[in-house]
Amino acid sequence: MTVKTVFSGFGGQGVLLMGYLLALTAMRQGKEVTYLPAYGAEMRGGTANCTVVVSDGPIASPVASSPDYAVIMNNPSLLKYLNVVRQGGVMLLNSSLIHSEMRRADVTFVDVPVNDLARELGEARSANVIMMGAYAQVTGVVQIEHLSETLAETGLGKKPEVLELNRRALTVGAEAVAKATQ
Amino acid sequence: MTKKLMRGSHVLGEAAVLAGCRYYFGYPITPQNEVPEYMSRRLLEVGGTFIQAESELASINMVIGAAMAGGRVMTSSSSPGISLKQEGISYLAGQELPAVIANMIRGGPGLGNIAPSQSDYFQATRGGGHGDYRCIVLAPASIQELADMTLQAFDLADKYRNPVMILGDGMMGQMMEPVTFPEPVDPAKLPEKDWVLDGAKDRPQRIILSMLLDPKILEAHNYKLVRKYDAVRENETAWEMTDCDDARLVVAAYGTAARIAGGAIRRVRQRGLKVGLFRPKTLWPFPAKPLEELSHRVRHILTFELCAGQMVEDVQLAVKGQAEVKLYGRPGGVIPTPEDVAHQISHYYYGAHLDEEGPGGGA
Repeated sequence: MTVKTVFSGFGGQGVLLMGYLLALTAMRQGKEVTYLPAYGAEMRGGTANCTVVVSDGPIASPVASSPDYAVIMNNPSLLKYLNVVRQGGVMLLNSSLIHSEMRRADVTFVDVPVNDLARELGEARSANVIMMGAYAQVTGVVQIEHLSETLAETGLGKKPEVLELNRRALTVGAEAVAKATQ
Repeated sequence: MTKKLMRGSHVLGEAAVLAGCRYYFGYPITPQNEVPEYMSRRLLEVGGTFIQAESELASINMVIGAAMAGGRVMTSSSSPGISLKQEGISYLAGQELPAVIANMIRGGPGLGNIAPSQSDYFQATRGGGHGDYRCIVLAPASIQELADMTLQAFDLADKYRNPVMILGDGMMGQMMEPVTFPEPVDPAKLPEKDWVLDGAKDRPQRIILSMLLDPKILEAHNYKLVRKYDAVRENETAWEMTDCDDARLVVAAYGTAARIAGGAIRRVRQRGLKVGLFRPKTLWPFPAKPLEELSHRVRHILTFELCAGQMVEDVQLAVKGQAEVKLYGRPGGVIPTPEDVAHQISHYYYGAHLDEEGPGGGA
């Protein structure tokens, strides 16, 4: 099985790190992976996006013309990917920042107010990790424990207090969507 | 060795260091800036020398100097920067100096754009600079192969005293994939080079130059190079064939295009189309002989390139008119999907009635 996910948002929201975390975790689970960042004239505050492909077999193209999942961190990214995600796909929306009502009938939308949840958690910068918790819960592409292990064992979040915060952030994200989809 | 998730540009740098490369000279250009970024840090750790030169021309001339002094040396750039290095590459070839040059191709001509492309095939495989010469050109199709071929490139360069080019594209430079690195080479344990310029104290003088004014002498030098290139052709030509045994149509593609074509072929095979993949791993020498042999039984070849059609000429030369050769080229940095390529394959396949019974299709 091959799963393609795009992550998109403002530069600075940790969008590339989300993709890297997914790719690294899936690789550690024995999957084939590719991670392709957009490398146009990008800058902080501009747009940032990356594509991650996770597969049981060889990956032909690291590009996704119709991704299965889209993780959308801001409004411009919703406009960009709304008509790109495949029929029956899932879009996870950062509903703290996305107020547009635009939707598609053939795609499942999951609202996660990650900036609000991050503030409640006491660390605004954990919004992207909260979203990864939600992503894992919704898609099942990777498990939350495995994301947590990757953060602990690869030096992505070295300090113990950061590690603990990230663990909690993953759980907060997962619980938020578990509630919403009940 | 453990698997790492790394960006192509960093893999190129790490593999070079593992191959014993201790000298890197370059000048920044997107989409391969992460190569000098990586080398600036990594070469310090192993006691090497990194210089960000003032220009491409300066950096390739530094490569000439380091190669003359016997070091394993690399430079890298992307299309417009590689054009600027061509004079130096011609000198490397003329002076028979080993060096590795990586080109992460971007869309052209001119400044073009920074998107992945394969439009420098002609430049890479026809020499690129002036004079009668060839670069050995390696075309990796994955990040793992990029690592393996980078190590191979340094060995080939030393073995034949010839510049070796690694031909990738912007996507390969930016993309991350799992990679396992081989054991490092100890530069001190490499075979001694008996031609380097390292000071003539207590030994006869050596001279390395490319200016040979007497036509008879230059002709002899040219024929010496020709014999060397013949040996490279004989010994180093590399290719890969997948699903070709029962194929009625073969896609010829290299690098990133080959992996996209591979995905397309998996799709059309599921629908019963008998399609294979012919992937050159060396672009020069081009695997003409195996392709010619293949064309005795497969009469339809679709060349797929990320450019307006360059390798297709080598395919045509190789098959000597025995097979029909068609082109699906996408220039300008556009990356078609495996679905796009599958459409092209199906269109050709059914158009030529290859789905009908009979040996080699109904052609």
